[in-house]
Amino acid sequence: MSLFDKYDQVAARHDRLVAAGRDPFNICMDRIVSATEAIVDGREVILVGTNNYLGLTFDQDCVDAAVAAVKREGTGTTGSRIANGTYSSHRALEQEIADFLGRRSALVFPTGYQANLGILAGLAGSKDVILLDADSHASIYDGCRLSGATLIRFRHNSPADLDKRLSRLKDKEGGKLVVVEGIYSMLGDQAPLDEFVDVKRRHGVELLVDEAHSLGVFGENGRGIAESAGVEEDVDYVVGTFSKSLGAVGGFGASDQPAFERLRYTSRPYMFTASSSPSSIATAMATLGKIKSGPHLRKQLWDNARMLYQGLTDLGFTICAETSPIVAVKMPGEAAAVFMWNALLEAGVYVNLALPPGTPDGSCLLRCSLSAAHTPAQVTKVCDVFDQCFQALRSWQDAQSAAE
Amino acid sequence: MQWTADTVQTEVVQLLEPFNPKGIELTPETDLSADLYMDSVAAMNLVMEIEDRFEIDIPISLLPDVNSLQDLVDVVLAQLSKD
Repeated sequence: MSLFDKYDQVAARHDRLVAAGRDPFNICMDRIVSATEAIVDGREVILVGTNNYLGLTFDQDCVDAAVAAVKREGTGTTGSRIANGTYSSHRALEQEIADFLGRRSALVFPTGYQANLGILAGLAGSKDVILLDADSHASIYDGCRLSGATLIRFRHNSPADLDKRLSRLKDKEGGKLVVVEGIYSMLGDQAPLDEFVDVKRRHGVELLVDEAHSLGVFGENGRGIAESAGVEEDVDYVVGTFSKSLGAVGGFGASDQPAFERLRYTSRPYMFTASSSPSSIATAMATLGKIKSGPHLRKQLWDNARMLYQGLTDLGFTICAETSPIVAVKMPGEAAAVFMWNALLEAGVYVNLALPPGTPDGSCLLRCSLSAAHTPAQVTKVCDVFDQCFQALRSWQDAQSAAE
Repeated sequence: MQWTADTVQTEVVQLLEPFNPKGIELTPETDLSADLYMDSVAAMNLVMEIEDRFEIDIPISLLPDVNSLQDLVDVVLAQLSKD
């Protein structure tokens, strides 16, 4: 028996996906042209699935900052934060993030995934309980598992369900941590944070909010959903990433808890990995400066989001959540979703194909994410291509039915 | 309500029906993955239904050991006995 036999079922499904066209989970960008364009298989493609919300990856100031950091500090740190991998730039970025969020301190991680691993596994232990939203990102699930805590799921975006489960746990000893996301990555739906805060207060537990998709996108100052909901003081821990609105690679955790700094010598994912490269740190510092400089990028992003949402709705597509920079188009099934995804790419539009079990309620999605760098002409083209591909899908479905 | 192994099994079978679109016969040996093609998320969603029905909590960490319908019943009985 091979170690890989356990993947037979998954591999068979993957083979079927690939047989329908390209491998949706192994697309190679032959050349990145800009924040919104690439060359894929020799074809010009508009990128509508990159989470590059503010479109800062080619911003000249940010590119210059990254290049200067490479020249000044080298290509990599070759060490962990607890050895030789803490540079003054890491410290400066942590201070900048803490100041931006109005928090006592912040810890930087090499990726957003590791930020959730490090913060969750650092905060909770085997005698604690974590209550996590059922639709949480894989990094949250993995961080929770790594913590060794008792893990209880509550129904997605349901403060009432959380309340019920916390009531059942009232006699259980140990710390209790509730984990939610500001915006959920697949559907773009928003957590009712004010209601969660109410539950959290009544039960006297702590609350962590992952603002991965909402930082730089929501709130008057771009601090995320907690800011827009007016509940920042009730959020005990904030986790975020640099690889979306901040256009870099990395992540962070931030808190007002005086003991938060203890994670620097207790959180294994923080301690036992190489620290972020100087260019990543410099990029995040520069892009954070852009977010702080004003709301113009957020405004442009939201204008684009509204335009795509309206355009696709007018064409008759079902969008899974209210308007946000994530526009998830619901497809009637896996075959239709895969056909459309391939057709869109052929016609010059890249979106994310999202299939169960990675999606809520077994839904098959064509997930779009907007950028401030998209032009209105690009958004119009994306709508036109969706329409054209949907006609192709109908013809294909008719042909399939006739053949059966 | 006083639950017994039999009544727990009857309830679990009922809760499992929506996850059994092909309508195969559910026995204690029915394998959630191999027979019902349930993925990890579907299994976690089923567990939520079970938690609500019996008013218990089943930590996610217990799920890797749950393969069959009987395993599910055993987990429920074990959690009920803790209350």
